[in-house]
Amino acid sequence: MSADSKFHHGDVPADAKPIIHMEEIKKNFGNVIALNGVTFDVTPGECHCLLGDNGAGKSTFIKTMSGVHKPSSGQIFFEGTPMSFDSPREAMEAGIATVFQDLAMIPLMSVTRNFFMGREPTKGRGIARRFDLDRANEITMEEMRKMGINLRAPDQAVGTLSGGERQTVAIARAVYFGAKVLILDEPTSALGVRQTSNVLSTIDRVRKQGVGVVFISHNVRHALAVGDRFTVLNRGQTLGTARRGEIEASELQDLMAGGQELAQLEGSLGGTV
Amino acid sequence: MAADTQVQQDERVRAESFATKLMKKPELGAIGGVILVTLFFLFTADSAMFTLSGIMNFMTPAAQLGILGIAAAMLMIGGEFDLSIGSMVAFAGMVFGVFTVNLGLPLVVAIPLTMAFAAGIGAVNGSIVLKTGLPSFIVTLAGLFILRGASLVGLKIFTGGSTQLRGVRDAVEGDWLAPIFSGEAFGGLFTWLASMGLVETFKNGTPKVPGIPVEILWFIAIALVATYILLRTPAGNWIFATGGDSNAAKNSGVPVRKVKISLFMLTACAAALVAIITVIDAGSTDARRGFMKEFEAIITAVIGGCLLTGGYGSAIGAFFGAIIFGMVTIGLTYTDFDQDWFQIFLGGMLLLAVVFNNVIRKRVTGER
Ligand SMILES: Nc1ncnc2c1ncn2[C@@H]1O[C@H](COP(=O)(O)OP(=O)(O)OP(=O)(O)O)[C@@H](O)[C@H]1O
Ligand SMILES: [Mg+2]
Repeated sequence: MSADSKFHHGDVPADAKPIIHMEEIKKNFGNVIALNGVTFDVTPGECHCLLGDNGAGKSTFIKTMSGVHKPSSGQIFFEGTPMSFDSPREAMEAGIATVFQDLAMIPLMSVTRNFFMGREPTKGRGIARRFDLDRANEITMEEMRKMGINLRAPDQAVGTLSGGERQTVAIARAVYFGAKVLILDEPTSALGVRQTSNVLSTIDRVRKQGVGVVFISHNVRHALAVGDRFTVLNRGQTLGTARRGEIEASELQDLMAGGQELAQLEGSLGGTV
Repeated sequence: MAADTQVQQDERVRAESFATKLMKKPELGAIGGVILVTLFFLFTADSAMFTLSGIMNFMTPAAQLGILGIAAAMLMIGGEFDLSIGSMVAFAGMVFGVFTVNLGLPLVVAIPLTMAFAAGIGAVNGSIVLKTGLPSFIVTLAGLFILRGASLVGLKIFTGGSTQLRGVRDAVEGDWLAPIFSGEAFGGLFTWLASMGLVETFKNGTPKVPGIPVEILWFIAIALVATYILLRTPAGNWIFATGGDSNAAKNSGVPVRKVKISLFMLTACAAALVAIITVIDAGSTDARRGFMKEFEAIITAVIGGCLLTGGYGSAIGAFFGAIIFGMVTIGLTYTDFDQDWFQIFLGGMLLLAVVFNNVIRKRVTGER
């Protein structure tokens, strides 16, 4: 696939102020160094792709951005001011929504209850303040429809959904709540052709609304289709950031795989990867 | 590409029958159990069991256990156990006794203080569980022994060597708050019903049942409030989420720590409430109060449809679970069966409930 696609892209000026800027982030788990000084930022209205091999540290990195992990060292600037999120809830309140790789869904609970988990709409006041289930159900059905999935019923347990349907619930939820930053950790890994294209066009849509998108994918074509900038992580470090148009698909793919291994493979697979 | 916003009926879903919908309710097993047990006693027990006084007779212990059972169910839905609630009944009873008898505090001070004491211990339990990440089963098992021991030692200290603290009845006599925590409610109504000949009376015209024991009203009120909280409030959603998968819940913005600690405080307060009601009723407190109640409360919750793994269950289920419990304990005295069948019955019931719940869970999660 060529670098130009059906999307208009963010056309973000190079000097745009980032919404979130991560400076020299390091993260250790005991003696494992998962991140060794990663600098990364997202500006409003852009899709910044984070690429890299398995175990490169992508998920760990976005988890420091969404308040799950505290970085061992390094600084986070949110809209220009230093910020330290103590919990995912705080990051969410700041307008950062995440689709985690493991989706963070509760199988025993209904789609609606999962969708609004932690951020339930309410009606009534004082002691009569209660979970507005009707409105929640409506919104859930509507948001899922926008993603191209017709739910059978909003009170269906998430455990009964297919893998892709479940992933779509997580994406719809994050899109709905991601007011400023939307982080997607391999959101299309279980999706069909139609839903994938839906997710990519959703990324395009929210980007146009001025949301900064962080998109993790192993699929170079998906990344090139929507990305404005591409950062490649390898063994906890950045290999560099490229703007759209500055880099070829094959180059990106080589970087993601750490270079030579893929080059050897390519011969035997006939360039199908 | 425009998002596909077409609304269409999914042709792959069969209309769900009423029975299937019912099957997905966690409390179904407990309601079925109540029906079965009622039928059993209708055939085997003396007809006195289902008169008004007979019903009050089994509902009173059911209520005392049920208050604990509903709290235990909420905690279990939140993914934790509390094995210390039985001992907490004894401990809170002692604290309450000391406040009313030794310190002579009025109920309006003694009750909130007792509750605060219990809630504090509940919070400590919860904090230890969260800090260490150990199973609550083990942490509160320690609490079971510590609180039981503390009740014994404390009673000896405050009574000068006895393990029973007497004089509570005299101490709370005439207190304006006492009718809310002791005795029978709606006495006037029952006297009126008796005068109309609508309820059974003694020869002198006073009703055989002087009113509804307050614990039954507490029990019903707590069941309703708990159900409302679980199903209709954000807090309820947080409890289910926390028990379902605390990591996923936390990453989705649920304040998991707060939820768990609140639930531990709640169970401790439920134990304190039972302690206050039963201590005023008995007029004294002793170290054996609430013995084995932690297990009975958990059994109640499980019969009520709670999964041991958390994230699933119901307060109404625990309500009916407690009624089953009360009916079986008291009901056997109305039959020709040996009382000691009780434990066999209970164990059987528990086994049946666990197997049944397991099937239900598979149904809800789509059999995976
Ligand atoms: N909680 C943890 N404790 C210890 N090590 C961890 C933990 N989380 C991640 N790691 C390690 O950090 C490294 C980076 O993991 P991470 O999940 O960020 O990779 P990733 O780039 O998302 O990979 P993938 O593409 O497979 O999702 C891995 O080597 C992993 O083993
Ligand atoms: Mg990952």
